Amino acid sequence: MSAMKRYIYINDDELSQNLYCDNRISNKKYTILNFLPKNLWEQFSRFMNQYFLLIACLQLWSLITPVNPATTWGPLIIIFAISATKEAWDDYNRYLSDKKANEKDVWVVKQGIKKHIQAQDIRVGNIVWLRENVEVPCDLVLIGTSDPQGLCYVETAALDGETDLKTRVIPSACVGIDFELLHKIKGVIECPNPDKDIRRLDANLRLFPPFIDNDVCSLTIKNTILQSCYLRNTEWACGVAVYTGNETKLGMSRGVPEPKLTAVDATIDKLTGAIFIFQIVVVIVLGIAGNVWKDTEARKQWYVQYPNEVSWHELLVIPLRFELLCSIMIPISVKVSLDLVKSLYAKFIDWDSEMIDLETGTPALAANTAISEDLGQVEYIMTDKTGTLTENRMIFKRCCISGRFYGNESGDALKDVELVNAVASGSPDVIRFLTVMAICNTVIPIRSKSGSISYKAQSQDEEALVRAAACLHMVFVNKSADILEINLNGAIVQFDVLDTLEFTSDRKRMSVVVKDCKSGKIVLLSKGADEALLPCAHTGQQMRTFAEAVEQYAQLGLRTLCLAWRELEEDEYREWSLTFRDANSSLVDREWRVAEVCQRLEHDFEILGVAAIEDRLQDGVPETIKALRQAGINFWMLTGDKQNTAVQIALSCNFVSPEPKGQLLLINGKTEDEVCSSLEKVLLTMRTTNSEPKDVAFAIDGWALEIALKHYKKAITELALLSRTAICCRVTPSQKAQLVELVKSCDYKTLAIGDGGNDVRMIQEADIGVGISGREGLQAARAADYSIGKFRFLKRLILVHGRYSYNRTAFLSQYSFYKSLLICFIQIFFSFISGISGTSLFNSVSLMAYNVFYTSIPVLVSVLDKDLSETTVMQHPQILFYCQAGRLLNPSTFAGWFGRSLFHAIVVFVITIRVYAFERSDMEEMSMVALSGCIWLQAFVVALETNSFTVLQHLAIWGNLAGFYFINWIVSAFPSLGMHTIMFRLCRQRCYWATMLLIVAVGMGPVLALKYFRYTYRPSKINILQQAERLGGPILSLGNIEPQPRLLEKDVTPSSGTQPKNRNPIYEPLLSDSSNATGRSFGSGTPFDFFQSQSRLSSSYYRNCKDT
Amino acid sequence: MMNSNAPSSSSGAAASTDSSAPRRNSKRPKYSRFTQQELPACKPILTPRWVISAFMLVSIVFIPIGVASLFASRDVVEIVNRYETDCIPQPSRSDKVKYIQSSEDKTCNRTLRVPKHMKQPIYVYYQLDNFYQNHRRYVKSRSDEQLKNSNSESDTSSCKPEGTIANGSSIVPCGLIAWSLFNDTYSFSRNNQQLTVNKKGISWKSDREHKFGKDVYPKNFQNGAIRGGANLTTSIALSEQEDLIVWMRTAALPTFRKLYGKIEVDLQENEIIEVTLQNNYNTYSFNGKKKLVLSTTTWLGGKNDFLGIAYLTVGGLCFFLAMAFTIVYLVKPRRLGDPSYLSWNRNPGGH
Repeated sequence: MSAMKRYIYINDDELSQNLYCDNRISNKKYTILNFLPKNLWEQFSRFMNQYFLLIACLQLWSLITPVNPATTWGPLIIIFAISATKEAWDDYNRYLSDKKANEKDVWVVKQGIKKHIQAQDIRVGNIVWLRENVEVPCDLVLIGTSDPQGLCYVETAALDGETDLKTRVIPSACVGIDFELLHKIKGVIECPNPDKDIRRLDANLRLFPPFIDNDVCSLTIKNTILQSCYLRNTEWACGVAVYTGNETKLGMSRGVPEPKLTAVDATIDKLTGAIFIFQIVVVIVLGIAGNVWKDTEARKQWYVQYPNEVSWHELLVIPLRFELLCSIMIPISVKVSLDLVKSLYAKFIDWDSEMIDLETGTPALAANTAISEDLGQVEYIMTDKTGTLTENRMIFKRCCISGRFYGNESGDALKDVELVNAVASGSPDVIRFLTVMAICNTVIPIRSKSGSISYKAQSQDEEALVRAAACLHMVFVNKSADILEINLNGAIVQFDVLDTLEFTSDRKRMSVVVKDCKSGKIVLLSKGADEALLPCAHTGQQMRTFAEAVEQYAQLGLRTLCLAWRELEEDEYREWSLTFRDANSSLVDREWRVAEVCQRLEHDFEILGVAAIEDRLQDGVPETIKALRQAGINFWMLTGDKQNTAVQIALSCNFVSPEPKGQLLLINGKTEDEVCSSLEKVLLTMRTTNSEPKDVAFAIDGWALEIALKHYKKAITELALLSRTAICCRVTPSQKAQLVELVKSCDYKTLAIGDGGNDVRMIQEADIGVGISGREGLQAARAADYSIGKFRFLKRLILVHGRYSYNRTAFLSQYSFYKSLLICFIQIFFSFISGISGTSLFNSVSLMAYNVFYTSIPVLVSVLDKDLSETTVMQHPQILFYCQAGRLLNPSTFAGWFGRSLFHAIVVFVITIRVYAFERSDMEEMSMVALSGCIWLQAFVVALETNSFTVLQHLAIWGNLAGFYFINWIVSAFPSLGMHTIMFRLCRQRCYWATMLLIVAVGMGPVLALKYFRYTYRPSKINILQQAERLGGPILSLGNIEPQPRLLEKDVTPSSGTQPKNRNPIYEPLLSDSSNATGRSFGSGTPFDFFQSQSRLSSSYYRNCKDT
Repeated sequence: MMNSNAPSSSSGAAASTDSSAPRRNSKRPKYSRFTQQELPACKPILTPRWVISAFMLVSIVFIPIGVASLFASRDVVEIVNRYETDCIPQPSRSDKVKYIQSSEDKTCNRTLRVPKHMKQPIYVYYQLDNFYQNHRRYVKSRSDEQLKNSNSESDTSSCKPEGTIANGSSIVPCGLIAWSLFNDTYSFSRNNQQLTVNKKGISWKSDREHKFGKDVYPKNFQNGAIRGGANLTTSIALSEQEDLIVWMRTAALPTFRKLYGKIEVDLQENEIIEVTLQNNYNTYSFNGKKKLVLSTTTWLGGKNDFLGIAYLTVGGLCFFLAMAFTIVYLVKPRRLGDPSYLSWNRNPGGH
């Protein structure tokens, strides 16, 4: 056990000085020395780069190289230099921000004297002094504060995202130590090795004499202030550094973000692998054929002068030559082109004026430029609640006081004249109601220099109530020690707080016992959930109006709180307070006993009324969620908030449907068995309701989740896959990350969106992290791949930017392979008429320029292509399915491009050698004819695949064609470049132009005919929408037709093969249509559709295999 | 990226967010049609009318071109005479290689009949079959530097195995291509009257001027261990050795014709032409054919039916497709962009 602990000697410069790391924070990846080797190593760990390096090295061997080695080395070096520079720049920025944190000045006790040192020099065991509003530099155990009772307030937003102030206290052992003596304190802290749990610290403190006897004092998280928190409302505090540098709780929970690889990248890598295997096969076949030809035929070709006896390695020469000849099959340009267009996608996001938050003027920002395509393939969205879905701004809206409803007409009780009048006239019910609002809480009023009062509260609800009371002239002005001051219509009323019965999630209420300083009456003030408070009312009171009010408010999506009060007899209170104190100091089952004692006091309430508080949803949240769910995306809400609130918000933003359409299943339990049985039950319900068109969601709390993740991982995984919606409450940041990981491990694309520091881990864990640059600071936004101002921009981010990016990358990557394969096939065909000896038909200049100039520019402007207009996509979010399911880039579409390149290679090759036969068969001329054939074809292919032509596209496609001739005329003018005068000669030949025309017609005719046929008679959904959009059909106004009566569904023939829902019914997260999916017969689906859905079927099958 | 603990984190501090707000305002992107991806675009779609007229247009353009080029090709008069077997005396035919490598006199007489009136210039080609001038070992075995500059005579590294002779001095022109220069010769006569074959200007002008030096003379040529093809007169500069220049323009196909000369008089129909040829070149070891070709030319070049036939075929197919599409369109009209084809309209998804 001792290995798991660290002993920290407080304020002892000799001991424990160098045992632990200093407080230097480092997020750097490289140092100056290891940059080059480490970066190169990282770059070469990608298969494609290894491949290109191998090719480049092979090309140095002149015996086998068909072309100049510069054709590979040049691009390779440029690509590497670009990547390395980018990495270096990023790392330098990280270094700068670390440096700024490390060099901040802090007060630390060294050799008994307070000194100013840099934050990075803090060692474990040092006593650190903090002033108000200062960021905590490392994890500290409190030993003293300016507060006589040893309290201090910290803001932990950066750590867990909660904006309210938290109270921290000094350990009991340190109570009463004089300010002067604090920096002489000595002792030892026994604490566990660094971990990432920010809610737990199990440590012991023992102070050395003379401070206190040898008693061990236990420490909890309440006695600590953690790195990155801010000290608030406390003049000073001091503490012992226990964890420093990267070993702090924050530092430990900061995972190293893995570089994210998009699904598209993964597919491209896989396809590259397939092409590589194909290439190896070609090389082996041609290599063997070449050697056979050499030994049989070439020996007879006296003019070749093959030596008669050859060493064994000569056998390798021909295969290696073919390897080099075929190396262009894998386009070196694809990585560069993709990097280029990806940064443009990111720029489009940054530039989008429709994603600017007008309130704050925050534009969207794409910090990670590499993963835009994944946005279009998202399947699960994990969202935080507070501040993400809601505005995180609680506002008191309505109330019902002793049967009277206020605020029902105007929607705002504060503006309700009747209520204002009632306050002014001093109606006792209303005054009592307001008093509870103002003082039944743990709020701390802060008076600024200008005299205005602001409130700091642990709960936003309490703050809202206090503020509302203040608006109604019941101003909570001061709290000093236990005396509260209230300013009611100008008169100061004082209360003495006797006891605070704290809120727990079991009790669902909190109460305070106060003594009116003037009248001396003792009153119990209470507020809480209706189900917790209404049953405790005294028997005579009429409950109906309150129950109605609660019901009414809940339906409006408001959070309700019942307010109650009871006057206590002096004796009753005194008697009770003894048992309360007793329970509070008990060591076993304290929470339960306290609750039980509280219960004894909280009865026979007089219910004063119901307050309704609104946490406004952000604009457009329900619409956004609806649209994205139509797009087939599943939503999970992961929140640190309590279950009730979470469920309420979920209801109000279309997250779950209310009964009877939807069903919410709860998973709870405190022990393994309870959780297990609850889980089983929910799973069973899920499986059975699977076929019903019902929205089934499950809700789970953090505790049960902890158990489930530990012991029932399989069950929870299955559950995760079964349900479209889940609500996870009271989850910690690392649980959020675990959940994301869980879904990710099932091979789903996840997007995590959040706004607070507590979302950082989940944002980093998810395939895509989106941060909302909101009220909870910028932590999340900084860690995220994308940051947006408001939740509603997510719709545009995914449907517009994600979708376009995916479509464009799908085209660009496959096209890159197409053009490379095209020229490679021609080389292979040529080798059959050149004695399988590995002669290159094309010269080095052409080969290099083909990839770099001739074919990459037209395709780069495909980043401007839009298959459907933004409006259409927003109206038909279902179309996102094509991206999600990877319909546009998968082995079968790739096979199409492969076939096209083979066909085009045959066309170019056959026409060229037939027209340029006999007296025209000069090699230099013929190679240029074949090359220009390829260029013409690719221009038309790009044109045919382009959906919308802007000026730039015309310029790039046709300008590139002109540019090809221009470049070649220049090259033809130089005698040394291997194609002297060739292009001039060709352009003068009628026969050359006739050949080009023929190649284009033969190459494009079938492609056009096939495309037209599909487009008209087997249109995909995209095609239909395109046609509708461009012919101005009625479809655009059809957005509102969608919610058709469900009756219709039964009439539909099961031809919905292309529906996004044909996953295996067991793991069917998209519940609604699984009945169709299971009942679907393959025969009635159109063959084309069936073909399209193949990849999806197989992938879901694959998933099943993996899970079982 | 990982700045979650950066000191500048102004989280929660209301004052700092306020102060940063105007700064962020200034970051607001400038509106332009490009940045908003709203450049005016034309979005063509494949309507039946458009596609059918495209195919129709292609057929209308292609069929006349096909007919014209077929006629042009038919206008070309071509005499092809295969002689590699016939020029070997009957007794030697069992071992042709031995015959061709012997030092016998290999004169051979051939008779050609002109099938149609041939207008001058009449091009004389020799055609080799199954000769791989595009073989990698062969095609690289030359030194362009050496051919161009008299002072890069020793630049023979790429010419192996015909770079140097045994004593190490360089061969000019080096390499397998030059070494295997074609050496059959032809002389033509009509009615016992010599027909002059003009061998000037048969190579590309640009080659003569830029690729083969005026001051580069053959040296050590065909002095190696084995003799390849023709020899070169050492007193004539390479830029004047037009047969060599023609030969050095390697062919991309194993069957190729190379220009031997031009006959600059018309030949009448049914005229008999006597050819006296020296059958020196060894194509026997690899069963290669040798042909003598006399051909006229037209606006489209020599005789080649391929273009004409291809154009006619493509034109015809396009016409057929256009017709087929029209018929399908008329028989089974289909409304484009019909929303009822959208499955989620029939079957609301996601609920």
